[in-house]
Order: sequence, then C-alpha cells, then structure tokens
Amino acid sequence: MIGLEHYLGVAAALFVIGIFGIFVNRKNVIVIMMSIELMLLAVNINLVAFAAYLDDLVGQIFTLFVLTVAAAEAAIGLAILVVFFRNRGSIEVEDVNVMKG
Amino acid sequence: MTSADFSIVLPEFLLAVYAMVALLAGVWFGKDKLAPTLLWITSGVMLVIAAWIGLAEVGSHEAFGGLFIDDAFSRFTKVMILVSAALVLAMGTDYMQRRGLLRFEYPILATLAVIGMMMMVSAGNLMSLYMGLELQSLALYIVAALRRESEKSSEAGLKYFVLGALSSGILLYGASLTYGFAGTTQFAGIIGVVQQGHLPIGLLFGMVFLIAGLAFKVSAVPFHMWTPDVYEGSPTPVTAFFATAPKVAAMALIARLVFDAFGQVPAEWGQILALLAGLSMVWGSVAAIGQTNIKRLMAYSSITHMGFVLLGLSAGTAEGVQAMLTYMAIYVTMNVGVFAFMLSMERDGQPVTDIKSLNQYARQDPTKALAMLVLLFSLAGVPPFLGFFAKFAVLQAALHAGYIWLVLLGVIASVVAAFYYLRIVFYMYFGKETDPLDNRMPAIQWGLLMVSALAMLLGIFNLFGIEGAAQAAAAALVN
Repeated sequence: MIGLEHYLGVAAALFVIGIFGIFVNRKNVIVIMMSIELMLLAVNINLVAFAAYLDDLVGQIFTLFVLTVAAAEAAIGLAILVVFFRNRGSIEVEDVNVMKG
Repeated sequence: MTSADFSIVLPEFLLAVYAMVALLAGVWFGKDKLAPTLLWITSGVMLVIAAWIGLAEVGSHEAFGGLFIDDAFSRFTKVMILVSAALVLAMGTDYMQRRGLLRFEYPILATLAVIGMMMMVSAGNLMSLYMGLELQSLALYIVAALRRESEKSSEAGLKYFVLGALSSGILLYGASLTYGFAGTTQFAGIIGVVQQGHLPIGLLFGMVFLIAGLAFKVSAVPFHMWTPDVYEGSPTPVTAFFATAPKVAAMALIARLVFDAFGQVPAEWGQILALLAGLSMVWGSVAAIGQTNIKRLMAYSSITHMGFVLLGLSAGTAEGVQAMLTYMAIYVTMNVGVFAFMLSMERDGQPVTDIKSLNQYARQDPTKALAMLVLLFSLAGVPPFLGFFAKFAVLQAALHAGYIWLVLLGVIASVVAAFYYLRIVFYMYFGKETDPLDNRMPAIQWGLLMVSALAMLLGIFNLFGIEGAAQAAAAALVN
C-alpha cells in the first residue's frame, strides 16, 4: 500500500535533486530552469498528497496557483535568457561572470 | 459580503485597474512617447493612494475569508511602500530618459510590483502570501534586465531570476509542509494548531523553509549572494527601487508570518532570525570594506541594515516590531536621499559609480556634499543624526529580549560599517584632486536629497508622527 510518506519521500527527493541541479550544474542555464521547474513540481506532489491525506481541497487549489505561476515564471526566465544570449552569445553558466559576487 | 470584501481591497484593485489601463494606453498611443507622462501619472497615483490609505478609518478588517488582512500594520507599511516607490520612480525619470531606457513598460511593471508588495503585507494565508510575493518578484526580474543591450543588466536579471526562483521554491516547500502538518493554509488556523502545545517537528521544518525563502528576499546573510551583483548590474533608478520598497514589503511579510502564524512560539523563530541578523550585520559590514563601486557598497549597506531590522524583529515583542518599523521608515528615507545623489553622479554625461570620483567634491558643490555627509553619517549611525536613534531603538529592544551578545555584535558591526561610509566622506572633503563630476542635477533629485538630509536632522526633535503610527501598527500585529 502506498501511503503519504511515500509521496513525501518522492517529493523530497525531487526537491533535493532540483536544488543540486541549480548549485552543482556548471554547464547550461537551461538545465537550471529545468531544476527550478523540478522543485516546483516536487512541491505540487507534496501539496496534492497532503490534500488527499487530509481530505481537504485547499491543497489542490494551491497546486493550481503554483502551476500557473510556474508557467509565468518559466516564460519570464526564458525571455531574460534570450536577452542574455543576445549580449553574450552563450548560455554557459561559466559565462555568467561579468560581475563577480 | 462580496461588496464588503471589495471595499477592503479597493486600493489594490484600483491600482491594478490603473496598470491595465496604462498598458492599453501605452500600446494605443505609440508606445514610448507616452512613457515620461505615464511615469509622472503613476507616481501621482501612488501618492494619492498612499494618502487615501493613510487617512482611512482605523480598525482591522478581513476580506475573502481571511485571505486578505487590512489593519494598522498593513496600512503603515503600505504607505511606506507607495510613497517610496513614487519618489524613486519620479527621481529616476531624467536618468532613464537621457539614456533611452524610459520605455512605457517600466512604470507599469513598477506598479504591478507595488500591487504585489501590498498583497504581501496584507496576506493572511499562505496562498495570498505566495501570489503577492510572485507578482512582486516576476515584475522585479524584468526591471532588473531593463537595459536590454547591456551585458551587466541582462546578467543581473538572470542572476536575480535564478536565485529568486530558487528562493520561491524553498518558500513553497515550506508552505506545503506547513499546510500538511497544520491542515490549513490560513495563518489564524496555523496559530491554533501551534497553540495546542509546542511546535510539531513538521511545522518547524515548514517554518524554517518559509523563513529561509523570505530571507532571500530581504537579502539576509547567508542568502545574500545575489544582492551586490543585482544592485551593480541594474540601471541606477531600478537599484534605488530595489533598495527601498521591496525590502519594506519582504520585512513586513516576515513579521506578519512569524507573528500571525507562529506567534505562540517566539523562542523558535527568534533564534533563527537572531542568527540571520548576526550574520548579516557582521558580513555586510566586513565585506563592504573592499568595495569601490558605490552601488555594490550600497548593496552591502542594505545587507547590514537588514541585519539590524531582523534584530528588532527577533526580539519578538511589540517594542521590537515598533523599533523595526521606525527603522525601516528611516532607512528608506536615507536611501532615497543617497540614491538621488547617486543618480546625479556622472562625468561627461556618462554615469560614474567609482567612489574615488567623488574626490574633492566638497569644493565643487559644498551644499550637496554637506547633505551627503549628513546622510552617510546617519547611515553609519553616528550619534547626533537620526540613523543613530533608529539603531538605538532596535538594540534596546533586543537587549530587553535578552540578546546581549547579539547587541554587542551589532555595536561592533556598526563601528566597522562606519569605516566605509566615512571613507566616502573623506574622499569628498580631503581626497586627491581628480577630474570633477558634472554639476548637473535635476530639481527633483536635488529636492529629495535635501529633504531627506533635513529629515535626518529634524527627525531628532520630531519624527513627524511616525513613532505613534509605528506603535499602533506594532500593537495591531502583536497581541
């Protein structure tokens, strides 16, 4: 029987993979975007699992909001990436280094 | 019922309608020709709404089943957000116009960000918290990259986006855990669950993730990495915007969350906030010493100041919240003045950001140099000026809450921080002779510089009613 903790485990694993994808990845900014998306989807699994467990609709409504915002976020992120690519001619993570911080 | 709800959110609603109308007007009337007019109108609309909210009847109201809270705390912070956003927009007009940056999207995006901030400070539910935060962040990512053809600006936008999205993810994960373990996303419901005993481990995790996500937005150490780069890369008027209104909103959101949702366990979040505060104060002061770019310097300065504000909040008392709100008001006033001056720093029409370019500035323009001296002394917290009293109130609140070591750390950090503020003063008065900066400064920048410098002096005698309003706001939040 698959219970709440299994869903939470999967979500936690995906979330951690997403965070590592952002910090460990040294190749490509697109991969970072995918990692961000992975984090948000892990949260969605969490919310839906809790909603089913608690027998409460709020979690599912929250999921719909998160999905919508994630779409808007991806659109804006890609737009900024296109602007960046026009200036630098590259989207390698190592090339994001005009300012060091 | 619904009409009562709408009458409570009317200021936000009207501002949102205004943003839509402005967008249509911008597209309809040949785009960027309209931009300067639109910017002034936006600024005016924000000031009118600020006056309206400020003069509104007192009391607390809830709208949409607790999703939206309108009380003295949210009104105080909303007025601060609207006024600072309006002033920053107005004083950047000239700078943006002369560099061809004044597209009509800029005032509209700023308006949308302000609506997001107003949602944030009024949030009474994890969902409205998230939606407000995202509305603000998404608009700010774009304005950071406003200078499309500049490598620095687009890089600033990209860095801000990646780290901002990461922080939203962390915040959301915390929200999902909080929802799961409390069974509700309503702050009022969460506090009911916490009240039954100590904080369950699941909720503790949720709270830590929520605070970590928000700490990114106020750029508290160790979540500050984006701040110097974004401040440096964005066009200066946008940097001025970043340094004022969003900081107020995010700080108010942290206060709202910890008091309304986790107010029963102040010791738990007090520790976390105290840690963030200590790290921010120390690292913000130390790391700024090597900076020569005034925009990066202001970034580290804002990190240090956020540390002090968090210190007031970590006390977990009404006194601490009052000190924090007063501190924010004074900090925003100082920043508006300093950025008004920075906007006018140019040589041969090109913006300059190196602090060495201010060498011997006092000989060139004694009035402006004196105003900057007052503001920088106040930022450093040197006694006769208002900045000192802001720091003093925060440290006192922390002392009453028993954070003796942290208070000592704060005093040491502000002494260290004084070094880099005073270095700018040193360059202005005793530096080596170099090519002088241009003398040009639009009236509005000059006016705001002088007004904020004067406020640092007059504020010692009379805080223009901010104290009373902050007290009422703190009383509305802490009960």
